[in-house]
Amino acid sequence: MRKICAALLGAGMVLCAQAAQAQTEMREGGKLLLTEGVSNIEGAGGGGIATWALITGYETRDGIGANVHATGIQLKDYQFRAYGAAVGIRDRVELSYAHQEFDTQGTGVKLGLGRDFTFSQDVYGAKVKLLGDAVYDQDSWVPQVSVGAQYKRASQSGVLSFLGAKDNSGVDWFVAASKVFLNESLVLNGAVRETKANQTGLLGFGGPGNDNYHTEFEGSAALLLTKRFAAGVEYRTKPNNLGLKEDDWKDVFVAYALNKHLSVTAAYVDLGEIATFRNQRGGYLSLQAGF
Amino acid sequence: MIQALLFAAAVATTPAPAAAPTFKIEHPSTKYPGEEEIADYAHAPANAGTTPFEGDGMWKAFHEKAGVDRVVDELVDRSLADPRISDIFKSHDMVRLRRTLKEQFCYLLNGGCDYSGRDMKTVHKDMGLQNTDFNALVEHLQVAMDHEKIGFRDQNRFLAKLAPMQRQAVER
Repeated sequence: MRKICAALLGAGMVLCAQAAQAQTEMREGGKLLLTEGVSNIEGAGGGGIATWALITGYETRDGIGANVHATGIQLKDYQFRAYGAAVGIRDRVELSYAHQEFDTQGTGVKLGLGRDFTFSQDVYGAKVKLLGDAVYDQDSWVPQVSVGAQYKRASQSGVLSFLGAKDNSGVDWFVAASKVFLNESLVLNGAVRETKANQTGLLGFGGPGNDNYHTEFEGSAALLLTKRFAAGVEYRTKPNNLGLKEDDWKDVFVAYALNKHLSVTAAYVDLGEIATFRNQRGGYLSLQAGF
Repeated sequence: MIQALLFAAAVATTPAPAAAPTFKIEHPSTKYPGEEEIADYAHAPANAGTTPFEGDGMWKAFHEKAGVDRVVDELVDRSLADPRISDIFKSHDMVRLRRTLKEQFCYLLNGGCDYSGRDMKTVHKDMGLQNTDFNALVEHLQVAMDHEKIGFRDQNRFLAKLAPMQRQAVER
């Protein structure tokens, strides 16, 4: 066992420590509805575009929860699709995978890329809860704080380097803080992300003469309206490496938990200008199923 | 690999089917008929675990004494019927539990009651509670509050009072 532990980094060490606590009984289920967030576009537990400190899945520190999700966004000139899976281990570690596709549809012809030319990337994420409990610690202002990393690898490296991207893969680092204010039925989240990613990585990493990390911010606020229903807003800043204009992302969303296993998130997103096409707004729909 | 092991452990420790809670009074309380006498302890409002709400808004939101009694009775009934947690109440004095819970809720909701029970750490000592047990109880409380038609925001305000008790109640 020690050998396996030594071979793992960061998140893995926590796994080892937990595995040693064999006397603690493994149990199913337990968090309050919607307090685990939904899967965001990068596969991490969060809102639609923002990252939360909460660990995905309904499992407490006594269990392991997993979920799968599929997301579609129809913008004015493009279509975004994503699917993925995530596992939350003992409410401490979250491992996630997401595959994203950015379909240029008819716009691909105007961009000289060809109809339905599609950028895509794979995102492998790990998140570890460091301190606090967003739900239980109602007598304190201390939020739940998690740190995480996402390794992203984009396809179409030829087109990406033609656009000026330095690389077609990169690693984002983030610190996220979340707090459920039960007294106000309010959930607040903030995250700081170190990233080189262009359009979250779909357009590669870095740009001409610019291969530095940028500090970006993600924030969201949600009101818990009923046990099953939440509504909120999100905002996410992004770097501008390529010289193409890249705007901050924002959305308003509603999330509905049909039950503990199935939730739906619908949003109206404004992704601003993408690859010279302005006002990329549209509808966002995401389905998540948990086990 | 480790994940697979943990999954296997999860399957292996599926809880056994629950039997009905059993409790036999051996030393009847002189003060509270139907309850077991328990060792002396210091009575203090602080034993309720937190401070009461101010004003009468929450007390009214819970429909005062009749409403609180209904919520506690349904909370206890649902917990006893829940195979995930019913074993916890085996050999527990449920008459006393219902009474002290009603007192505690009434006290916290500023309904003018004294809480005569012991503190949260003592009453949960050696019960071996996990977060899953605590959360199962919260679920039943939510359903009971729903049935009492208590507004969602008022429910959450009450849960905000109770949530920090997880640190005293959950031992592992």
